[in-house]
Amino acid sequence: MTLLKITHLTHHFSGLQAVNDFNLQLEKGELVAIIGPNGAGKTTIFNLITGVYRPTEGQIEFDGKQLVGVPTNQIISAGVARTFQNIRLFKELTVLDNIRIAQYSQAEYSPIEAVLHLPRFAQGEKTIRNRSMELLEIFNLQDQVEAISKNLPYGQQRRLEIARALATRPKLLLLDEPAAGMNPAEVEALIELIRMIRETFDLTILLIEHQMRVVMEIAERIKVVDFGQTIAEGLPKEIQNNPKVIEAYLGEEE
Amino acid sequence: MDIKYPAKLPKVTQIWARYRLQLCLLLILPLTIILPRVGIINPYIDLILIYIGINIILTVSLNLVNGYMGEFSVGHAGFMALGAYTASLLSVWVIPDTLNPYLFPLTVTLGGAVAGVAGLAVAFPSFRTRGDYLAIVTLAFNMIVKSAIENIDAIGGPRGFMGMDKMTSLAWVYVWVCLTIFLARNFIFSNYGRGVLSLREDETAAGLVSVDTRQVKVLTFVFSAFLAGIAGALYAHILQYIYPKGFTIAKSTDMLVMVYLGGIGSLGGSIMGATVYTVVLEGLRSILQILGISQEWRQVFAPLMLILLMLYRPKGIMGMRELRFLIPKSERTAQKTKPPSDGENGDMHTLEVVS
Repeated sequence: MTLLKITHLTHHFSGLQAVNDFNLQLEKGELVAIIGPNGAGKTTIFNLITGVYRPTEGQIEFDGKQLVGVPTNQIISAGVARTFQNIRLFKELTVLDNIRIAQYSQAEYSPIEAVLHLPRFAQGEKTIRNRSMELLEIFNLQDQVEAISKNLPYGQQRRLEIARALATRPKLLLLDEPAAGMNPAEVEALIELIRMIRETFDLTILLIEHQMRVVMEIAERIKVVDFGQTIAEGLPKEIQNNPKVIEAYLGEEE
Repeated sequence: MDIKYPAKLPKVTQIWARYRLQLCLLLILPLTIILPRVGIINPYIDLILIYIGINIILTVSLNLVNGYMGEFSVGHAGFMALGAYTASLLSVWVIPDTLNPYLFPLTVTLGGAVAGVAGLAVAFPSFRTRGDYLAIVTLAFNMIVKSAIENIDAIGGPRGFMGMDKMTSLAWVYVWVCLTIFLARNFIFSNYGRGVLSLREDETAAGLVSVDTRQVKVLTFVFSAFLAGIAGALYAHILQYIYPKGFTIAKSTDMLVMVYLGGIGSLGGSIMGATVYTVVLEGLRSILQILGISQEWRQVFAPLMLILLMLYRPKGIMGMRELRFLIPKSERTAQKTKPPSDGENGDMHTLEVVS
């Protein structure tokens, strides 16, 4: 079953072609990686999927629905979640609040019920809190519930960001360079974590990553982009030896 | 979360432990009726207390937008004016004199409701613009309301409107203040309140974790405007005379000073800011009188204080912290453990608990 289908996706930033005729079909349960040099337009693709930018051209179909033109929060509620290349937690808020905010669209009470503290409010809050605690336990953050998120060590902030993304109950998870700034041991743990959440939450994952170790180890298919164009596509092994890819990354051989 | 008390405690103690805040607040209510009657609170003090109460409501109202949501409204006097005029017109023209005292809560609520609807007028532009630009929108809104009232002759135009009975009493103000703080607290410590905070932190990220940013903005502006309208209605029925010039940017500036003095993102701070500012301004009146200086100089005080606050104490007395009794019990237990401080001095971003 196809979960995500992107066709002819194109986006210009006032003249600059950030993404050009990008196509991608993602089956349910797959883990696909997008790689490419800096500025190749990878993050722009994520921004287009999540509605932060509106594509100049092209279609994005997710779970049978068109996403182009749909407001960001509705795209997220429909089952797409993402993390950011440079961590974007709600820095001044607690770990718990970060997770609870991500359950905004799942609240089972109305504003009136909240303001007047009607019974459904307490019930709804309890549900949100329990779910948050469950998630934090899975991510081994249960001791940091009340910590201010900016005070967490880097690795934990990364984990919290993924936990927060999962709190929105996604079917598709977009990970934007999750291994950025991590040391080899942390990368190892991250690979395990991605495998684990994929199983536990029954996820389809689209991954942007620079660290080849991560990509080669977990990706089932790889798409290579440069200057907004897809230059290669295939299994990790095929990509590894593709001269075009080597050229894009290392420059042409003299 | 229920707090379990040892079973051997007598029932009375249990009830006391559980509802002591509510009981205390209830016990104060008869005092607000009796004390002014028997003269223990003299009319002057009574009036000051009423002003403090009205200012608390205004400060909470503005704090929702400027403090919690991190937007910058400089036109809240516009909402206040709408509440004041709506309630006044109702009690003078619509409601029969004999019924007025009984329908006063309704009059005030309707004043708030009309202001709340006007809150939409500011909420919609806020979808597309933020920060300085939204500040200009609110400024324009304030001016539009004032000019509109000035140009409607039927309600007195620039001369103002009068004829209201003096229905705002200390007891009524007390009830409305308690209600305001209760509602605002419930709002802040709910899913929607957390949405408001997420907007302040990072609006793009908020949308990307499913927060309906438009809904949050509409709710906050309408709620905030509603409260400002309530304050306006109460204000009109203590002054018994309202005029457009009373609701200019100068009035909005007063509110800004109270918010930033007390502390952004804090209900406790709003209470303190409103109280301190009202008392200081009243003190200034006496001082100027004794020194024989024109009262006009009080106009200089508010903007000056705003500048000094921004320079030296941008977070106010209680910035981002909350008084313990203003945090709902279920959230309170969670607040007990303090986050590991990384030793930044004076950098109190968190919702720390102050007992």
